[in-house]
Amino acid sequence: MNNKITIAKQPDLSEALQRYTSARVSLGSAGPAIPTREQLRFQLDHALARDAVHTQLDVTSLLQSLQQRQMECLGLRSAVASEPGQNDRQLYLRRPDLGRTLHPDSRQALLQYTANLAEKPEAIFVIADGLSALAVERHALPVLDASIRTMEPDQWRVGPVCVVSQARVAIGDEIGQLLQAKLTILLIGERPGLSAPDSLGVYITWNPRPGRTDAERNCISNIRHEGLSYEAAAQRIVFYMNEAKRLQATGIGLKENTELFLA
Amino acid sequence: MTLADLPLEVFQNEAVVPYETDAVTRLILDTQDKAAFAPISGLTTGEFRDWLLSDEATGERIAALSPGLLPEMAAAVSKLMRAQDLIYIARKVSVTTRFRTTVGLPGRLSTRLQPNHPTDDPIGIAASILDGLLLSSGDAVIGINPVSDNVASVTTLLRMIDHIRLRYAIPTQSCVLAHITTQMDAMRQGAPLDLLFQSIAGTEAANTGFGITLPLLEEAHTMAKELKRGGIGAETGGENIFYFETGQGSALSANAHHGVDQQTLEARAYGVARHYHPMLVNTVVGFIGPEYLYDGKQILRAGLEDHFCGKLLGLPMGCDICYTNHAEADQDDMDALLTMLGTAGVNYIMGVPGADDIMLNYQSTSFHDALYLRRLLNLRPAPEFEAWLAGDKYHHLRLTDKPSTLLSAQDRP
Repeated sequence: MNNKITIAKQPDLSEALQRYTSARVSLGSAGPAIPTREQLRFQLDHALARDAVHTQLDVTSLLQSLQQRQMECLGLRSAVASEPGQNDRQLYLRRPDLGRTLHPDSRQALLQYTANLAEKPEAIFVIADGLSALAVERHALPVLDASIRTMEPDQWRVGPVCVVSQARVAIGDEIGQLLQAKLTILLIGERPGLSAPDSLGVYITWNPRPGRTDAERNCISNIRHEGLSYEAAAQRIVFYMNEAKRLQATGIGLKENTELFLA
Repeated sequence: MTLADLPLEVFQNEAVVPYETDAVTRLILDTQDKAAFAPISGLTTGEFRDWLLSDEATGERIAALSPGLLPEMAAAVSKLMRAQDLIYIARKVSVTTRFRTTVGLPGRLSTRLQPNHPTDDPIGIAASILDGLLLSSGDAVIGINPVSDNVASVTTLLRMIDHIRLRYAIPTQSCVLAHITTQMDAMRQGAPLDLLFQSIAGTEAANTGFGITLPLLEEAHTMAKELKRGGIGAETGGENIFYFETGQGSALSANAHHGVDQQTLEARAYGVARHYHPMLVNTVVGFIGPEYLYDGKQILRAGLEDHFCGKLLGLPMGCDICYTNHAEADQDDMDALLTMLGTAGVNYIMGVPGADDIMLNYQSTSFHDALYLRRLLNLRPAPEFEAWLAGDKYHHLRLTDKPSTLLSAQDRP
């Protein structure tokens, strides 16, 4: 008599579901639990996402790419990094207040820069590493390029592109204020998901100054190859920019109208 | 030791956030039921813990006290408790709410089916809904976090869930977790809204950060109630409409904490919630990140505290047992909290395909996790949903192999 235990491949009709979404559907079951293969795939993806959190942004090469585009740019760092190039992720994770604040050296640099400006910028782009330097390295420049292509010529006086490391969203408020800009468009690495370690987010804030709440910003999320495309993101960015100028506000007072994007 | 000796009455006389400048403090103090508080008015915080643990403190007696308790008292007594105290006392209290299902009955465990999709794609969402329903998920609510916070998206998603619900006669309720003002616009345009969602916090300033005020919540609540969409059997209109989400750290995150600890502020959010008799309250315990709850141990403790404080204050507590990839936590930590909250009698948990939310980018509990907990602790789904799982309509759904079958013609690609 054969008493060997075998595990039958489960005839599950819902297996077909994986064709329709990247969600972890149709996993099958081992008793009430997730079968071994899927369990291990989950653990591997978790390890990859953890790695993305702890990767450091290569600020120098990003600045070089901007210079190659003939774009004026500034390299900055938050108060997390006491020295340039320092990468203390544990401190960054524990102290969001430091990530929202510029290091005094960077603040000084911005003050000097602004003092020498003949005309103040209307809008500035800020590129911040946030929780995924990977997202910034992959998507920040394409989104920036697409946005500039989408803008009507001469409609906006755009200031220098600021690249800031060890930073969180609200740091754009301080940068915008120091540059005396009317609008900050901040591109930042979103926290890595299990299936998406490289998702870029954009936060748009009218009249930036420290103390702005999240309800006073508009957000575009999930920019990556499998999510929102560069072109679609750029269209939304420029829509928000124009609406912000018209309403002199961003946030919950500025509602997105999807019909504009369906044409 | 100082906290243990503090008389409960002190919390009535000394507001942690000033009465004059904070609408949440005013709501909490102005609506306190002094008569309900009277029996324990002579106790210190430590004595209150001892009483709650005693056999004299039955679920009924605790529930009777509840309207007299201030959130600050609940938070204070929880700080004197170990994990087993938080579980043991919460287990005594059951808070039951009704819309199309009855959630929170003893011996039951419900789930929110959370079929999020990174582009709000109807087919992708339908695939996750089908997967979840086939794994017995969705009796608390089918609730989608939309990518785009606009009226058109919210309306489309609400119609989509409603179509599936009606087609398969599923006893559940829908929710699209957009900002409350967007949901109000959707209602004005005739969207089929069941539960009204909003994130809330424990200070006026933090709620301002969410773009809400208490009068706004009131106005939206009145609008949604007038739709009279709920009801079980012959009833019309669900008794409980709101779906609130909270989570330790939200006030701190918005820099609106008045120097008060995050757990006390979380309990104050429950003080806001109970005023509206919500259908579901969900503490999204590990969502914000490690700056508030650093590792698995802190998430575990916070989850148990939140569930205990919510139940003590009379709320239908569920918990999004979750963590982000920048926190020091993994699935083992989630399993520990899941199992402990199951024994504590949590009303519902999340059901996310494979525990991986591909839109919000964090890990919650899976459909399978709920199956594990139900089998382990002999818990059953909400009675109306349980009957549906045994019926023809569910059998019919089981034969479906394409998510597009669930959708109306206009939502199909």
